[in-house]
Amino acid sequence: MRMELIQPFINAADAVFAESLQAPTKILDLTMEEDTYRRKGIAALIAIKGDIEGRVILDLAPEVAISVASALAGSPVAASEQVVRETVCELANMVIGNSVTLLNDAGFRFKVFPPEIHVSEQGLSGNVETEAMVICIETPCGQIYLNIAMHYLHRRRRERDTVAALD
Amino acid sequence: MQQFAPLLRSDNQPVRYLVVDDSVFARKNLIKMIELFGGEVAGEAGDGLTAIAEYNRTKADIVLMDITMPQMEGIEAVERIVRQHSNARIVMVSSVGYQENILAALQKGAKHFVQKPVKPEVLYEILRYVLGDDPNAPSGPVALAEESHR
Repeated sequence: MRMELIQPFINAADAVFAESLQAPTKILDLTMEEDTYRRKGIAALIAIKGDIEGRVILDLAPEVAISVASALAGSPVAASEQVVRETVCELANMVIGNSVTLLNDAGFRFKVFPPEIHVSEQGLSGNVETEAMVICIETPCGQIYLNIAMHYLHRRRRERDTVAALD
Repeated sequence: MQQFAPLLRSDNQPVRYLVVDDSVFARKNLIKMIELFGGEVAGEAGDGLTAIAEYNRTKADIVLMDITMPQMEGIEAVERIVRQHSNARIVMVSSVGYQENILAALQKGAKHFVQKPVKPEVLYEILRYVLGDDPNAPSGPVALAEESHR
């Protein structure tokens, strides 16, 4: 997987977490995974279709989600499954939305779908084209994982235009 | 917590807002900001279709509209609301903030755009501008949208 596809997600996650939680964040670990992905807590999956296709999973422990929800709300939030799900989905929305904004500005065109909570115990299998990069980010609320698996489907617009001009 | 002077309508009544987002969590955050600005929530919706029905019911002064939602996305909902109510004041609130999206929303009739995560002070200034209360605001929606990217 190309770094140019990954970097916007790292930048966006860093910016969104730092802004939302009003504190600096730190990347603890960054690994490639070809095996089935097994969630670490509650995971939101967002599918991406277009010039690049794949999916991004944002994954965090329920207690981390409650801590994030409280930080976002500005006051303690009572723990509940709904709050946890809502928090994970909204965080995923913000990170992926900001990431695709950066990728779009780089010439990629695609559509982002609303997040789905991923609860399968079986995990999601990868393949050669969709090997995943897993990023562990340390925040004041705890560790948040981003699992990114994407591949090129089409050349981006500026490359298509260049080729067309040469033809 | 930051204090804001209340944003009021010309008749000195609180501004009434319709909050549209498929995330309950995001709606709660926006409602908290609306309360900070002295506003009133006229209605809520979790998708574009419900937003149209809620706008017809409430005729809210301001609509805060997400873009990516199930059933009907925000930009289509903007188009349908503005087609029926040309004076509707709609501010897009989305994490997806690339120029094509912003321009599409503005072309369909949205007045402005703010990117998530929403900073209260940014939303406040945009609302002042959209409500026509800030003669010193930048000259247009796109100018402000571009500033938010820097």
